Amino acid sequence: MNSSLPNSFRTGPDERGHFGNFGGRFVAETLMPLILDLEKAYAAAKADPSFQTEMNGYLKDYVGRPSPLYFAERLTEHLGGAKIYLKREELNHTGSHKVNNVLGQIMVARRMGKKRIIAETGAGQHGVATATLCARFGLECVVYMGAVDVARQAPNVFRMEMLGAKVVPVQSGTRTLKDAMNEALRDWVTNVHNTFYCIGTVAGPHPYPMMVRDFQSVIGDETRKQMQEAEGRLPDSLVACIGGGSNAMGLFHPFLDDPSVEIFGVEAAGHGLTQLHAASIAGGRAGVLHGNRTYLLMDDDGQIQDAHSISAGLDYPGIGPEHSWLHETGRVTYLSATDDEALAAFMLLSRLEGIPPALESAHAIAKVTELAPKRPKDHLMVVNLSGRGDKDIPQITEILKGKKQ
Amino acid sequence: MTTRIDARFAELAKQGRSAFVTFLMAGDPDPKTSLDIIKALPKAGADIIEIGMPFTDPMADGPSIQAAGLRALKGGMTLRKTLEMVRGFRKEDDATPLVLMGYYNPIYIYGVDKFLTDAKAAGVDGLIIVDLPPEEDDELCIPALKAGLNFIRLATPTTDDKRLPAVLANTSGFVYYVSITGITGAAAADSKAVGDAVARIKRHTKLPVCVGFGIRTPQAARAIAEKANGAVVGTALVDALRDSLDIQGQATSKTVAAVADLVASLAQGVRGAKQAAE
Repeated sequence: MNSSLPNSFRTGPDERGHFGNFGGRFVAETLMPLILDLEKAYAAAKADPSFQTEMNGYLKDYVGRPSPLYFAERLTEHLGGAKIYLKREELNHTGSHKVNNVLGQIMVARRMGKKRIIAETGAGQHGVATATLCARFGLECVVYMGAVDVARQAPNVFRMEMLGAKVVPVQSGTRTLKDAMNEALRDWVTNVHNTFYCIGTVAGPHPYPMMVRDFQSVIGDETRKQMQEAEGRLPDSLVACIGGGSNAMGLFHPFLDDPSVEIFGVEAAGHGLTQLHAASIAGGRAGVLHGNRTYLLMDDDGQIQDAHSISAGLDYPGIGPEHSWLHETGRVTYLSATDDEALAAFMLLSRLEGIPPALESAHAIAKVTELAPKRPKDHLMVVNLSGRGDKDIPQITEILKGKKQ
Repeated sequence: MTTRIDARFAELAKQGRSAFVTFLMAGDPDPKTSLDIIKALPKAGADIIEIGMPFTDPMADGPSIQAAGLRALKGGMTLRKTLEMVRGFRKEDDATPLVLMGYYNPIYIYGVDKFLTDAKAAGVDGLIIVDLPPEEDDELCIPALKAGLNFIRLATPTTDDKRLPAVLANTSGFVYYVSITGITGAAAADSKAVGDAVARIKRHTKLPVCVGFGIRTPQAARAIAEKANGAVVGTALVDALRDSLDIQGQATSKTVAAVADLVASLAQGVRGAKQAAE
């Protein structure tokens, strides 16, 4: 643990968007006035009770919240240790936690009078959520997606197009999530006057990491209440997967000041940490990309390196800046799971509970299979089941057939 | 402190003309050819030379300059080699201002203090760092000014009168006005709008104002040079370089001349401009 620990882990960021040494606003001048506008608009929305009331209405009746906190009885028996609960974010409309954040941002965009929404997407879950809410509110929607991801997440591409969004396959760079984000930023800088950039994770320039975290914190807030109802106390540990880290931040944030709660984030170790992977904390160091300072995968010249994960949603060479800070302060422990471990966890949860997890969430399940057996039976462990696995079935079928890898 | 940039603008003011500013990517398509091109620029008519520092994720650049950066990186270019290139240029030319332009991460990883010391020693005069707005001045801008380098800021159509003072506060050398909202290599702005914008910026600063983005022809360069203290051309030069390469993307015997010839014709345009804006 760091010697200068804060009194609270929940007060960040500061007014300049810093979580310790991380975060900030590293963007082109063209975008800076917009980012300041957004900061003001979000602060005003946050202070307006009618904003929260309206959002709560949509969260309940459109998204289907609260999502259940489900006791995974057979997984618990199988692992023989901690009592495992799944936070069922995959049951949300659109199939993942992404919709929580998109709803919030679209409501802010509407307050700002923006008619055109752009987004980047990796696995397509954020793209689908954005396309969905743009359809609901009659807004133009353009989604940037790396060409590699367009190929491996075909069902989500069809869904976005069906919802009326334009999906732009990005051919630049490594043709994955980071390049989709570059291209979305290029669009934004070109169409500043009418466009709102709906970022899908707790990264980017301030105020995005804070705003996205706030919108996702509904996950942890509900979990607190539901665990109180189920067991009459706080959970003992939390586990969530991390690409940019929005589902994890949403679950973790409401518990950061409860020292009895152990918190684990799980990065994607791809083929293994000594080979191609996407674990920015385990294998990277602090640098500046996409508007913030955070842990990044890069070479000695500061050039960003290709990430690799079986899961398109985790295939990003960075992580949200608040996670970098939580890592450096020691409040959250960051682990990693390989492609193979995630695949095995996908099968395990499918067979034991009848719940195929998204390959992203399967990384969290993979670490649960290691953490839970080492803990007593009265230990309450919550795993964020951030997305459903339906989108991954074509890819997994191919892998199992041995056509890939 | 007076840098080569200040001296150059003072000299151009005496001659009553605007500056022609060129941009090319360091190490494109390979370190040796790149240095040969840079060395040829002053004679061809470049008054100030901007050198891009290649980066894997150039968020404000269009396809041409993205590709130039990737060619350079593929050819083994690094920030250290970019500074070597500057030293190579300075052996023969101690007057033409050199400005490094790029993104913050490679500098951050090199180490800010070490970078500033090495850049100054190599003969760099100024820096343009796309992703460092005034809100992040403590990172590099203030240390650069202390080290005796100019920190040249971008002003854009979204930088309104309320924000301009903050943008100009720590700017030195010149102001780089980005004439459009968009990425490099996009459509040109009309010269009337540029003239208005330059006049607006000049109400806030005595610094020279150079205009870039979207200038491709001698006519366009001339039109801009009549409204501003300088015209910046990048993508058109990078495209000329690219078109001179062989199928493998390697330099040919025509590469240096292809860039120098275009620089010469653009410089003619700038020099043909009527009295530049004061």
